[in-house]
Amino acid sequence: MKTIVILGGGTAGTIAAHKLRKHLDAQDWRIIVVDKEECHYYQPGYLFVPFGVYQPQDILKPKRKLLPKNVETIFARIELIEPQENRVRLSTGQVLNYDYLVVATGCDVHPEDTPGLMDSWSEAHHTFYNIEGASHLAKALQRFEGGRLVVNIVETPIKCPVAPLEFVFYADWYFNRRGIRNKVDIVLATPLPGAFTKPYASSILGGILEKKGIHVEPDFYIMEADTTKQVIRSYDEREVGYDLLVSIPVNKGADVIGASGMGDELNYVPTNKYTLQSEKWPNVFVLGDASNIPASKAGATIHFMMDTMVENLLALIRGQEMKAQFDGHANCFIETGYNKALLIDFNYEVEPLSGTYPLPGIGPLSLLRESYLNHLAKLFFKELYWYVVLQGIDIPFMGSKMSMAGKKKLPTQQPA
Amino acid sequence: MSDVLKSVSFNAEGFMTDPNRWTKEIAVELARQEGIENLTEAHWKIIEYCRQVGLASGKAPTLRQITSGTGVSTKDLFALFPKGPAKKVARIAGLGKPEGCV
Repeated sequence: MKTIVILGGGTAGTIAAHKLRKHLDAQDWRIIVVDKEECHYYQPGYLFVPFGVYQPQDILKPKRKLLPKNVETIFARIELIEPQENRVRLSTGQVLNYDYLVVATGCDVHPEDTPGLMDSWSEAHHTFYNIEGASHLAKALQRFEGGRLVVNIVETPIKCPVAPLEFVFYADWYFNRRGIRNKVDIVLATPLPGAFTKPYASSILGGILEKKGIHVEPDFYIMEADTTKQVIRSYDEREVGYDLLVSIPVNKGADVIGASGMGDELNYVPTNKYTLQSEKWPNVFVLGDASNIPASKAGATIHFMMDTMVENLLALIRGQEMKAQFDGHANCFIETGYNKALLIDFNYEVEPLSGTYPLPGIGPLSLLRESYLNHLAKLFFKELYWYVVLQGIDIPFMGSKMSMAGKKKLPTQQPA
Repeated sequence: MSDVLKSVSFNAEGFMTDPNRWTKEIAVELARQEGIENLTEAHWKIIEYCRQVGLASGKAPTLRQITSGTGVSTKDLFALFPKGPAKKVARIAGLGKPEGCV
């Protein structure tokens, strides 16, 4: 009997459990999933909680119901991973020995890493990057009658790099509906040189921000939040005043990754960006937000990387060459308010382009252009997530590899 | 453009296309373009660290990698290389643009 331990029962861990269980006979293979939390939150839903669109209970399900029946699930904290010994120690005192390890421990926000940010936490300082934060922020927004709303990204990389943009777009719409948009200044202070990380999408998104009267403060590296003056201050001594601060704090991998000596300076596990195997331990694979690969930290990325991981792990088990390669494929809906959204689709090499998705010339979804249908697709995706994506069922027309079909190339861009 | 820079090529964003062609004289010239007239010992310490990491991994280090790798605080880095230190030092060190953002 051999054992695969999956650390983390979130999006990546759950899909991996389903996919691996389908391929590996329960007679010969024990699959164990470890997680400290019993609730699975639909994280794209966090964006909608502050605006009252979703209540916390609308976006959660028990992990037990989402994981396959024929894997073992242990709810406990991971105390230490000892990859050189092929074993994991749990807070319950249990020790799990494994043949193969899948690390899917995710990432989380750390407001305590920025001086002053915790001083007014849940009062003038908020986040929507976890369920508690999003719920507190909903109340703060309800009470907000006007002033400066500042959204600040502390440091990149962050989970779901478009979420801060969606938040300011949604805030613009929200205050419009409340009839107080003229009393609210909306500012996005970001360490990036513009709206987004990729140049072409950044110019289009920048245009939408401008149209909506949202001010961008670029190249802003926050040094501290000063609650007495109600300003955030950058390392180059710029000050941005706020009445309500929505922070996207430093994102880091799980503490246990650092404590186990498996992480980089942000506790992300150094991972081969093509094979998804750990750079150091051949029997360890890393999925989703937990890895250091230069792809978006997002559910779509996990969905697209899963086949590569499963194929390579099975090849390794059978003593074959690992042939599958992840191309960095990510796509995401960007809610722009007013029942519209745009969609972007990209990978390691190709930045987001205009066009149609998934079918060339037909769509029905449009890339890098706002549409009602994109918005409906985003809302519908929640159901697809619970009942299809998490169960490891493939979605028709949406292959793992990014396709150039239906995309309009930029004039200067070389074919990938 | 000064003579030192004529022998090497740059991409559209002004980063050297081949880090192996880099010399200290080129660094001095690029630093001047970035508004740093005099490269002190503190500057060189950072540049050399970035060269070392950049050549080994093929990627320019991020701001956080530089601070944790050299022990120099972010505040001091901003004083040495004003505005965007990671990007600025990558350019001066003849490396590509840091990949911190995805």
